[in-house]
Amino acid sequence: MTPRRRPGERLVRSYVVTDGRSHPSRNTLDLVTLLIAADDLPLTGLSPEKRRLMELCRPGALSVAEVAGHLELPVSVTKVLVADLMDSGHIVTRAPVPSARPSDARILQEVLDGLRARL
Amino acid sequence: MGSAPASDDVYLRPSVQTAVKLLIVGHFAVGKTTFVGALSEIRPLRTEEVMTQAGALVDDLAGTRDKTTTTVALDFGRLTLNDALVLYLFGTPGQQRFTELWQDMTRGALGALVLADTRRLDQSFEVMGVLEELGLPYAVALNDFDDAPAHDLEEVREALDLLPSTPLVRCDARDRVSSTEALIALVEYLLTRTGESRTGELEHA
Repeated sequence: MTPRRRPGERLVRSYVVTDGRSHPSRNTLDLVTLLIAADDLPLTGLSPEKRRLMELCRPGALSVAEVAGHLELPVSVTKVLVADLMDSGHIVTRAPVPSARPSDARILQEVLDGLRARL
Repeated sequence: MGSAPASDDVYLRPSVQTAVKLLIVGHFAVGKTTFVGALSEIRPLRTEEVMTQAGALVDDLAGTRDKTTTTVALDFGRLTLNDALVLYLFGTPGQQRFTELWQDMTRGALGALVLADTRRLDQSFEVMGVLEELGLPYAVALNDFDDAPAHDLEEVREALDLLPSTPLVRCDARDRVSSTEALIALVEYLLTRTGESRTGELEHA
């Protein structure tokens, strides 16, 4: 009997997408690291998931979390794919505010001004 | 599994240089998704993170249905605050057993807004405990449910055993202005803290 696929379960197992790896090749990726696709590199040789990721990112910048959401992949899997694409030069990143600086008063003031402007 | 979204609004402005994040936390059905949805400029997205109790992520990725693994949903949205700065809001349940996820989410986060329901105040303690353990500053917003008893804020402050400095506000998670005001109360508080820490540094110098 064919086991029934549970709702929301992916057709392709996550470990296939990541070649069996569970950790990205680099540990600098945050949920809000911004990803920018290089538009001069061919996509030949990339796995279908990496190709989808590149196609998603080519029109403009998105965060790691947004890419995971659009591709319907768990964050951990997305990070593995992104790290590979950084290694091959397909993706460049714009780092989030370094964690040593989240209490930076200038950033907080900018956030506050931006929120007040929305009222 | 869709192809690339069609709308241009999906993407960040090319001028954006910096991304920051705030967490929206609280117990089940307290209104986190509604809150994020009221504020986000993009259709709120959902992603998931697979949690394990023993850290056996490889087993989990292989799809084994081990009872020690669980999937935690993250609802998130985005607000472009100016040409160079974008704010992400992540809504997630604040349970102790998801500490692994918490560490990933809180790294680099500016702070957290705890959504609370006056009918179930006791359920907010665990969330606040996790935030305190992780050292992430927070404010509390009472989500006004229509059928919830109207409590005096001072009574609620006492019931939640909040520090005098911790902001406590009311909000309606369905309302954009009200939710924005709750975030403003949080960020104002975060700003006062940077002032205090500077003073502290001077004292120690």
